[in-house]
Amino acid sequence: MTRQMSGAKMIVQALIDQGVDTVFGYPGGAVLPIYDEVFQQNAIRHILVRHEQGAVHAAEGYARATGKPGVVLVTSGPGATNAVTGLTDALMDSIPIVVLTGQVPTFMIGSDAFQEADTVGITRPCTKHNWLVKETDRLSVTIHEAFHVATQGRPGPVLVDIPKDVQFATGTYTPPKPSTSHYQPKLKGDMEEITELVAAIEKAKKPIFYTGGGVINSGPAASQLLRELVEATGFPITSTLMGLGSYPASGEKWVGMLGMHGLYEANMAMHDCDLLINIGARFDDRITGRLDAFSPKSIKAHIDIDPSSINKVIKTDIPIVGDVGHVLEDILKVWKSRGRKTNAEAIGKWWSKIKEWRAINCLQFTQKGKTIKPQHALVRLEELTKKYDRYICTEVGQHQMWAAQYLGFEDPNRWMTSGGLGTMGYGFPASIGVQIAHPDALVINVAGEASWLMNMQEMGTAVQYRLPVKQFILNNERLGMVRQWQELLHGERYSHSWSDALPDFVKLAEAFGAKGIICSDPDDLDDAIMEMITHDGPVIFDCLVEKHENCFPMIPSGKAHNEMLLGEAETQGVIDAKGSVLV
Amino acid sequence: MRKAYFMSALKIKKGSTSHSAYNLRPTFSDVVEKHTLAVLVENEPGVLARVIGLFSGRGYNIDSLTVAEVDHTGHLSRITIVTSGTPQVIEQIKAQLGRIVSVHDVHDLTVEGASVERELAMFKVVGQGDKRVEALRLADIFRANVVDSTLESFVFEITGAPEKIDAFADLMRPLGLAEVARTGVAALSRGE
Repeated sequence: MTRQMSGAKMIVQALIDQGVDTVFGYPGGAVLPIYDEVFQQNAIRHILVRHEQGAVHAAEGYARATGKPGVVLVTSGPGATNAVTGLTDALMDSIPIVVLTGQVPTFMIGSDAFQEADTVGITRPCTKHNWLVKETDRLSVTIHEAFHVATQGRPGPVLVDIPKDVQFATGTYTPPKPSTSHYQPKLKGDMEEITELVAAIEKAKKPIFYTGGGVINSGPAASQLLRELVEATGFPITSTLMGLGSYPASGEKWVGMLGMHGLYEANMAMHDCDLLINIGARFDDRITGRLDAFSPKSIKAHIDIDPSSINKVIKTDIPIVGDVGHVLEDILKVWKSRGRKTNAEAIGKWWSKIKEWRAINCLQFTQKGKTIKPQHALVRLEELTKKYDRYICTEVGQHQMWAAQYLGFEDPNRWMTSGGLGTMGYGFPASIGVQIAHPDALVINVAGEASWLMNMQEMGTAVQYRLPVKQFILNNERLGMVRQWQELLHGERYSHSWSDALPDFVKLAEAFGAKGIICSDPDDLDDAIMEMITHDGPVIFDCLVEKHENCFPMIPSGKAHNEMLLGEAETQGVIDAKGSVLV
Repeated sequence: MRKAYFMSALKIKKGSTSHSAYNLRPTFSDVVEKHTLAVLVENEPGVLARVIGLFSGRGYNIDSLTVAEVDHTGHLSRITIVTSGTPQVIEQIKAQLGRIVSVHDVHDLTVEGASVERELAMFKVVGQGDKRVEALRLADIFRANVVDSTLESFVFEITGAPEKIDAFADLMRPLGLAEVARTGVAALSRGE
């Protein structure tokens, strides 16, 4: 089953054999032979982005919306270095991405050749693994291995660097076969630990599920098992930013997102619980707040496929290394076989406590006057779009937190946001990747104007491929989150956190051949949103909002979950010297 | 704006500007231990950079590191790393090493039963008269070999546990120690 062909043809063949249907890329000197092969086939669709960073974020959006690895093809030197932010983003958020980069010919490596960069050296710390392929005979095997590594275990980005002479030379193509790689992460959890967790579930008086992106990465079946476990036990469930949608926001047991801008009831429940069941989350610092005051009274169980996540920041009592789906299946099996026991009376009391916290209604705000509150814009967006087959992307900042707070996610793979790295400029290209994967869906990027401008060149891509992505920009003419921190931490000295020269977004849309909508009056908002939704094509929606709105609730840096701030009146002197050095 | 809902008494002034390092990490145990790790890796380009990059990128210590191919047909190299840190840090180092795709196996020789550690070192000692005689006499006690000699210098070769080599270095210093080359630790577990 082996065949002779050029390296370039081999790359395309390997992608086809891996089931790839879309590649996001940008051509250049060192990948011309590959682009020549891309030109001569129809099995793979190539999406021409306008910047390599956009290619990687688009591939991330595609990967998160489909569960399949995203594929990127870029040239050597600047092509590769422009991909670095996207690679780091995908590494932090555990998104499977395969990036193919061109490289100068093998005999010129190390000579400071034109568009040469030490791509494997530069990307070593921001990929799960990378390879420089020096022989055409090794090329197809390496690409198959790259897909294996990107998707198995904790997913992540990989990069294959391919010198131009390797693309031109003829070699033997090897089709994919069951991996012989020594890299075979363990999927099944240890049954002893699982039984210990089940025993803790049976006894718990104040339990909580704390779920993360690992549930979504494990696949839709894991989300189903999670829902079954939550409904069967009746335990409350909270989630990180990355895990939204694994349990439905409309579900009865949902207590909302937790963390720095999470809901009061979720954070208070985390602080007071006696059994904390972490499923596919990693105790990120946005979640834990002050570590020595984090959930002080609880037994902590942690399910994670990556052994290095266990005990990294929080000491775990019941560590379970394995794939979320496999482990949840075993937990359910053991729990059912032991008689489906929970401490129902105590759980009932626990819920009354949670309902007291919920009654504080921490997301409450008042929309009055002629200025749109950003929260109000999102409440209206939610109301008018929730019936649609909807995917939401975001950029990074206040709008991102508001989107997480005010939009409801009913299913996994519907929410694309840069969690770990916090990459401004992520959302727009990600929305392009999502729309490519789901051409008929309503894809909305909730953005801030500053983030959005960071990758605005991708308007060209959206228009070229007639992608009806909706860019819902909450425009406060500020770097809102930076401004908020400057207000709280730096004596209201707003150093460089506003822009004096913003574009006219309607004209900008028109310049690209797209539609622009501007809205500043709360009374016009619903009609304007409907106009955006019904327009068959890309739209930039410039929503002019209150400029000085702060994002609450908030756990200030260096504070504990039960020290949340609920609104403006509480912000006086909240972050002490220790907290002020934290980001 | 809603009525304020205070949950804690926070009295520090708004806009505090004093800065310090990240110091809010809890410590599971702050006793620093020295561990010897044996890491079996795929012998491929860049693998050492991956291991070293992990240590520098995450701020771990390397006290010594040795590497050589140990299985030519299996393309395996063995990296012996002596590192120090709190028990939690040591566990993290092992887990992080285990995540590297090119790493086949990680063994903590310090906790996995008894092990033997050896290091080779060469010492150039320059001197005349009594000092020269004394250096040679001590070298004999330490079972160091003379591998090069002039009328005014010796090069000694010594093998042993790092502490023995440290002790030998301390003795040679007043006798005209001019140069030292050490290989770093190689280690194996005892028994089968």
